[in-house]
Amino acid sequence: MLTVLLILIPFIAGLIAFGLKGSGPKVLGIISSLATVVISIGTWCTFRTTPDSLNFVADWIPQLGSQFRVGLDGMAVMLCLLTAVGFLLIFITIYSRNYENPGSFYGLMLLAQAGLMGVFTAYDALLFYVFWELALIPVYFLCSMWGGEKRIAVTFKFFIYTFLGSLLMMVGIIYLYFQTPDHSFSWTTFSSLPLVPEQQKWLFWVFFIAFAIKMPVFPFHTWQPDTYEQSPTPVTMILSGLMVKMGLFGLIRWCLLLVPQGVGMWADVAIVLCIIGIIYASAIAMVQNDLKRLIAYSSIAHIGLMCAAIFADNEQSLQGALVQMFNHGINIIGLWIIVDAIQQRLGVKNMDQLGGIARKAPRMAIFFVIICLANIGLPLTNGFIGEFLMFSGLFQYNHWFMAFAGLGIILSAVYTLGMIQKVIFGESNDLTETTTDLQPGETLALSLIVMMILVLGVYPKPMLDLVSSTTEVFNKVF
Amino acid sequence: MNALISTALSGVVLMFVGLFVRNKQHIKFFAIAAILIAFIANLAQYPSVELGGYVMYGMIEVTKFGVIFNAVALGATLLYFLLSGSEFEKVGEHVGDYFALIFFILAGITLASSFSNLLMLFLAIEIMSIPQYILAGADKKSLKSNEASLKYFLMGSFSTGILLMGITLIYGAAGTFDLSGLGVGAGSVHPLALCGIILIVFALSFKVSAAPFHFWTPDVYDGSPTVFTSFMSTIVKAGAFVAFLRMFHTSFAGGSISQHWTLILSIITAVTLVIGNFSAVFQQSVKRMLAYSSIAQAGFMLFAVVAMNNLGGQGIVLYAAAYSIATIGVFAVLMKLKDYTFEGFNGLARKQPLLAAAVAVFMFSLAGIPVTAGFFAKYFVLSAAIQHGHLLWLVIIAILCAAISVYYYFRVIIAMYFKTGEPEVEPVSGGFKAALILTIALVLVLGLFPNLLLCWI
Repeated sequence: MLTVLLILIPFIAGLIAFGLKGSGPKVLGIISSLATVVISIGTWCTFRTTPDSLNFVADWIPQLGSQFRVGLDGMAVMLCLLTAVGFLLIFITIYSRNYENPGSFYGLMLLAQAGLMGVFTAYDALLFYVFWELALIPVYFLCSMWGGEKRIAVTFKFFIYTFLGSLLMMVGIIYLYFQTPDHSFSWTTFSSLPLVPEQQKWLFWVFFIAFAIKMPVFPFHTWQPDTYEQSPTPVTMILSGLMVKMGLFGLIRWCLLLVPQGVGMWADVAIVLCIIGIIYASAIAMVQNDLKRLIAYSSIAHIGLMCAAIFADNEQSLQGALVQMFNHGINIIGLWIIVDAIQQRLGVKNMDQLGGIARKAPRMAIFFVIICLANIGLPLTNGFIGEFLMFSGLFQYNHWFMAFAGLGIILSAVYTLGMIQKVIFGESNDLTETTTDLQPGETLALSLIVMMILVLGVYPKPMLDLVSSTTEVFNKVF
Repeated sequence: MNALISTALSGVVLMFVGLFVRNKQHIKFFAIAAILIAFIANLAQYPSVELGGYVMYGMIEVTKFGVIFNAVALGATLLYFLLSGSEFEKVGEHVGDYFALIFFILAGITLASSFSNLLMLFLAIEIMSIPQYILAGADKKSLKSNEASLKYFLMGSFSTGILLMGITLIYGAAGTFDLSGLGVGAGSVHPLALCGIILIVFALSFKVSAAPFHFWTPDVYDGSPTVFTSFMSTIVKAGAFVAFLRMFHTSFAGGSISQHWTLILSIITAVTLVIGNFSAVFQQSVKRMLAYSSIAQAGFMLFAVVAMNNLGGQGIVLYAAAYSIATIGVFAVLMKLKDYTFEGFNGLARKQPLLAAAVAVFMFSLAGIPVTAGFFAKYFVLSAAIQHGHLLWLVIIAILCAAISVYYYFRVIIAMYFKTGEPEVEPVSGGFKAALILTIALVLVLGLFPNLLLCWI
């Protein structure tokens, strides 16, 4: 029942928010996301004692053999927690802002959250597909209504791109459905299908392309920098912190176990794509002047590494990727909060117009540096443990892959440190003289993030324990 | 059978009602009552056919499938009357006649869902077509309407001739008009039968506006009074499809014969999808875009015919319902606007939030986004094709086309929600809003629980 609540609370709150005016939606958003955080911590506790009680099944379309089947494993518990925490952080940050038409804004945000929760909990392929699309629609409206000046064309491209991917996935799902002996969409049946290599060979691609577009992996990434740049920053946080995890999650849950031989056949190709993406995106990030675009490209690089690690075919790298999914989500939301704070105060996001913020806004500068260091993966921050595990896994798989992916880390340090230097150090100019320090809401959200960064960096065991149940399953498969 | 009798009778009665009743509102209420009676009478027949159909004099076979399809067609017409019934009087003087013609078309559709003899097929198609020629030209003072009517009539007569030729050739090969006795599926294929089947495929492709027999569609749909375009492009088209499906599934499925027409039909399907979708992208008028979209959607419905399995049958009923309801809804809102171009929709969300929300839901449904009826409709036809096994190439084309279709459907949403403008909207009555909300609810309910409809088949 707890699992259903994870979907229901934001969904109902979202519907109610449409009818509210003034500061009503804001308060509702905070209340609903707090409740979701509490519930998701509750699922974590339940998962440690009685994991089976998290499953819930109800009839949906008996003619098709599709059921409303939701449940949680370690990975899903972690991602639901990330979604819940992420939305809470976003709502705290934007509490002092006023968006035009707040009822719709918060309503759509909460519906997106419900869709995300659905994706992470669905154990029925058709249900998964429905939630997969449902998470996309509110985000499409959010970007197109509150975004930058080029928003309409950019988000349109984003929508069609992902929709095409989803349709491909649907073909895969229908095909698998007809292979099942009892005509069901259940994940358990799907993952135990005896598929011959010829089938797995092409089925891999229909699933992988859908997920690769969402992540995004080179060469399917072209929608991403524009969309991140044009979206209103709270939506960018959702997109880069939470929605890209849908792709990684889908890859692990709905691709790795369904077509293991297909994955085996194409893993090298996929890893090469990821590594090209890492180096290519890092190189572009180095020459970016626009803060939002820089972080967007750095996100491509990070996601590429996680995707490569998932394909590296061993428990260590998978565990690293899973932990990194959570940490990357937290860190990138932190980065966006700061970028947004700068943009709100100064109205610019080009680095050559910034500089010397540290003197005027010391708190902001401290948070920025810590989060950036975590993003590079410095020891004692949460980024380190995930990256270490991923690289060690990749090294066992293939030395050369690790060597090239490792280049990404160096490049990432180059552009991140460069960004710190240009934005918060150096000479201040007339514009940056006017900077004010963080507001209470932003400070609260960022302190929570920094706390998580440090705690998980020093003591990552709870996270590792949580995902170990998922990685063990895969260990048996490979 | 009940549906056929009640629609035909209602048509005749309505013709005379137009003579005696001067108040146009009353005629509309009468028509709504008549369609309700037909709807109920049709459903009342369901228990008697639940375990198996029965045949009337070798001409009509009443089946469960037919009854449910009639229910969908009649129910959609009911919605159509509720939403657009008051637009009839804006077309011209003879409101009673227009309603009567609609009822005659419905009689043709109910015949199309239950014929068991080639002669009845011919009758059904003709009863459906001839009133349409009149309705297309109902706006007598408009040159475009006249052009539409004439064009439709000329092209329609040709295709009728081709259909008749096909029927004759099949008769020559099989020696009977009876569907079950045709027997062309067994053994070697008689060349006469093959020619006949191909001619019938062409004629029916014309009726459902499949490419390359679609050239009449945009002009006719664009030129006809919008209120009739709404009916012609949805319910009538679904009726033609059900005739198509019935004809080919009962007589020509299985055996070596199916290989011949399946290939031709799958090529027609692919061409229809590509031409319909690509042409729709370049339209500037929403009405014309909907005309091309109806061609594109016909491509998806053809999947059900090509696939030849149970899923296809269920798919076509669901598709007919989803597509008809959504398109009728869009047309109903379109008629409230002065400007039919995409720009005419600019800023509608601010001015009329309900109308905009309704159009958005209908567009989602047409594009096949989950939680709307259109998603499961597409799902069923695609899975019918995948189950068939040899049509994966067609499925890939369909998916690319579905992605393209998002482009032109979403242009309307973009105009309504993300652009600013001052659309000119006619005043909207409370009844219209209620009907619109009912329609939205139907689309969403069918999108969440398609089994509510499918469990009857």
